[in-house]
Amino acid sequence: MSANPIQVRDLHKYFGELEVLRGIDFEVAAGEVVCVIGPSGSGKSTLLRCVNRLEEPTSGTILIEGEDITDPEANIDQLRAKIGMVFQQFNLFPHLNVLRNLTIAQRKVLGRSDDEANQVAAAMLERVGLSDKIDEFPARLSGGQQQRVAIARALCMNPDMMLFDEPTSALDPELIGEVLDVMRTLADEGMTMMVVTHEMGFAHNVADRVVFMDGGVIVEDGPPDQVLGNPQHERTRKFLRAVAQAEE
Amino acid sequence: MVATTRAARPWWKRVGLGRLAMYVVLVLIVLLFVFFADFEKIQRNFFDWETIERMFPDVITIAAKNTVIATVLTFAIGLVLALLLALMKRSTIGPYRWFASGYIELFRGLPALITLILVAFGLPIAFGWDIPGGRLGQGVIGLSLVAAAYMAETIRAGIEAVPRGQMEAARSLGMSRANAMAFIILPQAFRIIIPPLTNEFVLLIKDTSLFFVIGTTPASRELTKFARDFMTDARNATPLTVVAVLYLLITLPLTAMVRRLERSASRGKR
Repeated sequence: MSANPIQVRDLHKYFGELEVLRGIDFEVAAGEVVCVIGPSGSGKSTLLRCVNRLEEPTSGTILIEGEDITDPEANIDQLRAKIGMVFQQFNLFPHLNVLRNLTIAQRKVLGRSDDEANQVAAAMLERVGLSDKIDEFPARLSGGQQQRVAIARALCMNPDMMLFDEPTSALDPELIGEVLDVMRTLADEGMTMMVVTHEMGFAHNVADRVVFMDGGVIVEDGPPDQVLGNPQHERTRKFLRAVAQAEE
Repeated sequence: MVATTRAARPWWKRVGLGRLAMYVVLVLIVLLFVFFADFEKIQRNFFDWETIERMFPDVITIAAKNTVIATVLTFAIGLVLALLLALMKRSTIGPYRWFASGYIELFRGLPALITLILVAFGLPIAFGWDIPGGRLGQGVIGLSLVAAAYMAETIRAGIEAVPRGQMEAARSLGMSRANAMAFIILPQAFRIIIPPLTNEFVLLIKDTSLFFVIGTTPASRELTKFARDFMTDARNATPLTVVAVLYLLITLPLTAMVRRLERSASRGKR
């Protein structure tokens, strides 16, 4: 078996004086679904954003399929094309319709022809169940539909792995299910996924591993049954109790 | 119920004393004007039909045409320069940023008239070469330099008004900074700044009247210079009235358009 596609070693990240990540060692295996949970300000989103260098790590190394993305010589655009990313706020391009949202990076980054890009886009839209919205503009879609289009847009680049940054946190409760369904299908198909989320049900049912972060360190890392069902650390227990109370 | 109380109040109370006073003043002003104005003199000096007839068709085929050409050229050149400056101002390379800041502060701080005179007379004297296009060309270049400084700030504000997530989404798909700027950020930024840019265009139409001071050949006169020359000739102010109407014919529809664009923009955002 080859080395894991995502490897993070001794990662530190400062925002000014504030140390947000205090030495993270973390890996995701091929085909593995890892959910990262933790209170806000725990550094989980920062960790995710470091993995495709939307945040510049202060120190440490991040290997994506063996390539060090913190190396200034690395071709970051090529590497990012292999890493799909889905944002909390969807971040669809509002001036482009759904089809052009899905094709622009294919054409500009992968150099695909219009025909090929259109075909891939249509196929990915079908995968997220939104073929009929191909000509719509993002503003005319519901939040759930926008997020599914955003997932399709990332899939169009044929990524080897997907990063999800709180993909359902900006959604109305009744729209969360459709997005989680798409993500569950992706997981079943064997996509390598790193998901920062507050959806404990999704983490429990879909994740292969759950990582609990607090105060810029990984506190607990293991199978969902263990981390969510039988947490070893007091901080994890406290967090899970707070989440359970909020959901009642 | 409301209607009956209203009807019960005397009319001067309904109108209000303050409003009543304002109406009285208005009527007095109108009466004064009607009784004391010398309509014949006004007509001779501002609406002299013979002068109006003599101004056409040159006022359109030469003057208005030159004003429009000068404005469009100035706007186009200024916009390109402004885009360059706005991007320089956001550059990660210090000297580019400093140059752009210096340029913007310099040309926004100087009267446009100084820049125009400098380009038309200062440069030829200093370096012994003329900017091509004659006086009109020099005016266009001089005014472009000024307009670029103002529009650069507008464009920069537009770029900054595009949410940060747009750049992040584009970069996360593997797009380079330049591609993301060209295809994702700038199209959205320009949509945001169409109203202020149209305003800038209206300002430029009026600013081309400054060309008047650098002097022009008969064929390159714009509206203001044309009117000024004609006034000497006709010995009345009618030419000013004519070009004033022409300026308004160009600027009023544009400002109306800006209002419409701003309304639809604020509706779109909601």
